[in-house]
Amino acid sequence: MADVIFIGLSLSSILLLVALGLAITYGTMGVINMAHGELVMIGAYVTVLCQTHFGLHFLATIPVAFVVTGAFGYAIERFIVRRLYGRLLDTLLATWGLAIIIQQAIRLEFGAAFAGLHIDGLGPGLQNVPVPSFFRETFLVGDFVVQPYRTFIIVLTIGLFILTWWLIFHTSFGMQLRAVSRNRGIASCCGIDDKKINAWTFAYGSGLAGAAGVMLAGFKTVSPTMGTPFVIDGFLVVVMGGVGSLFGTLGSAVILGEVQGWVASLLNDVLARAIVFGVIIVVIILRPQGLFSRRGR
Amino acid sequence: MRRRDFLKKSGIALGAAGLTTFPHVWVKDYQFAWADDDEIEVGVLYSLTGTTAIVEKQLSKVTEMAIDQINANGGVLGKKVVPIIEDPASDPRTFNEKANKLVVRDRVPSVFGSYTSASRKAALPVFEKRKNLYWYPTFYEGFECSKNVIYTGAVPNQQQENFVPWITNQGYNKFFIVGSNYIYPREMAKVCKILVEREGGSWVADEYLELGHTEWGSMVNKMKTMWENGECDCVYSNVVGDSIVAFRREFINQGLSYDKFPIFATVCSEIEVQAMGADYAAGSVTSFPYFQSVSNAANEKFVEDVKSTMGGDTVTYHAMECAYFQVFLWAQSVETAGEVDPLSVREASKGQEVDAPEGRVRIEPENLHCWLTPRIGVWGSDGQAEIVDEYAEPLMPLPYSAYGEAPDNLFCTQAGLDSSKLKT
Repeated sequence: MADVIFIGLSLSSILLLVALGLAITYGTMGVINMAHGELVMIGAYVTVLCQTHFGLHFLATIPVAFVVTGAFGYAIERFIVRRLYGRLLDTLLATWGLAIIIQQAIRLEFGAAFAGLHIDGLGPGLQNVPVPSFFRETFLVGDFVVQPYRTFIIVLTIGLFILTWWLIFHTSFGMQLRAVSRNRGIASCCGIDDKKINAWTFAYGSGLAGAAGVMLAGFKTVSPTMGTPFVIDGFLVVVMGGVGSLFGTLGSAVILGEVQGWVASLLNDVLARAIVFGVIIVVIILRPQGLFSRRGR
Repeated sequence: MRRRDFLKKSGIALGAAGLTTFPHVWVKDYQFAWADDDEIEVGVLYSLTGTTAIVEKQLSKVTEMAIDQINANGGVLGKKVVPIIEDPASDPRTFNEKANKLVVRDRVPSVFGSYTSASRKAALPVFEKRKNLYWYPTFYEGFECSKNVIYTGAVPNQQQENFVPWITNQGYNKFFIVGSNYIYPREMAKVCKILVEREGGSWVADEYLELGHTEWGSMVNKMKTMWENGECDCVYSNVVGDSIVAFRREFINQGLSYDKFPIFATVCSEIEVQAMGADYAAGSVTSFPYFQSVSNAANEKFVEDVKSTMGGDTVTYHAMECAYFQVFLWAQSVETAGEVDPLSVREASKGQEVDAPEGRVRIEPENLHCWLTPRIGVWGSDGQAEIVDEYAEPLMPLPYSAYGEAPDNLFCTQAGLDSSKLKT
């Protein structure tokens, strides 16, 4: 019983971790960033590279990955997304193309492969990230077996969620961001530098994807295509929760994770996946604006 | 629909059907020269890009390596073997197109290729229609009886006939069977169940997870709960690909260990162990006819050659070894036939033997699969298996063992598949 709830929470936390970045870039900025999965993947590769080349501790790679993917995000906003605001389908296509380019860049080791050079940790192969041993040793609290790694992900996700919430609702940056996302023209008339706000917001959302990548690297192999499946899950969470609603994203991640966890342990995993999609379809039909969306503009 | 339209449309449809279904009416010149005066061209059809490229690229390279070695020894029939390498990009339809290109335009008398069953099934019609020969190196689910494919990898009975009795002899007899959700693991599970019941054990669960799924929390939790309640005592895994890595990591992360609750796996070779990190595999058990740690002169040379052509950290594994030795089986069949045309080579290949890195292998004349030696290995923390059990002799391949095929009751023979037996 308790372990099923725990698995469900753990699934929720992974969904939320990936969706949080999207909740920012898609939810508040309205940019459909198909390269979000690739930003997750870059985060994972940062961990691989930091560990193989600098011997950095697994935990120490989280801030590094955050900064590096944030920088990538900043560049993406500056050079691509900025030119396409208000053109939803064009952004979708452009970022999708970008996703393919990023994958190939990793495969070709940023061009080094052409010169016959090999950088350890890049290339088309699979990489694996060893998780510190204290994350593997379970311990008992009463009757309940605590899995340190999954617990850590849950705690980290909650931490990042609170940070994001504070940033959006309790800082002047957040206030400007909300103003820009409501009405970019008026906001800019009031003296808000909307370009700067957008660039930094996009960078922050991308940084969150990078942090998610680090945590996922501990679960699965790191490969150029590892991020792709997560984009779809991420978008589903954001859409079901209500675009633009941070707490909606939280709520729908928890619901979907628990549904998946419960159905998987009562029936099986294949069915669980189908039922999760079923739930999303029903929600979108009944509440097209999402479960927890704020009032219309 | 008006009558005139109907006539017009059906006329077009018939014409198109005629063109596509009966091309041999128009293309008659099969008996074209298969080789130049001093060269024999063969096709190599492994994906160099796409999802399965990581493994298939190595299969392609090892095939080239074998061809180079054959050429260094004077080639075949005194001619140089020249590979035509195509990239089907991990896409079954492209496999079909490229196979067509190799067979029809390049007129190669044999093609080495495919890693997944899906890609083999896609390319198969080309070889059957054009009466050509496809050499397929991967272990697969069986249930196929083509006269135009030579299968050099293991079929289910060659991985499990030895494995299940060995497991029950260790005292484990309540199996939790788990696999990826597609045909191979399901066919493997069928054979496993037959064998478990024959050995007096039982299987308590038969669970599947989507191919490529990497979230194992619920499944491992289910295993753990059943194990703690004494309902099962071991896991029998037919999980493939990237999922294996996530599965093993989850298993260890949930605090389980192989020495108390072992995993017996059919698809977990050196390359998967390398991908998951040897620590996560150490102590689990796999059954394959080949391991890098097989000790004989042929294997030592093979491992050394692979490392020098593909880099020092490359590991060798079953599918790679089959991709390698099947080229030698082909070369030897051509020498025996005295010519390269596919049908003569197929006839000559029956009963052909070579000393592969795993030991003696032989092509079974009835079903064109390979006799291989079953082995069981326990993974060590160095990513290599310690071989704890092996057959003295190669075992006969039975592609229909899941349906009751036995050496004295063959379903697939030179006459083709006896489908009346399949129904029972």
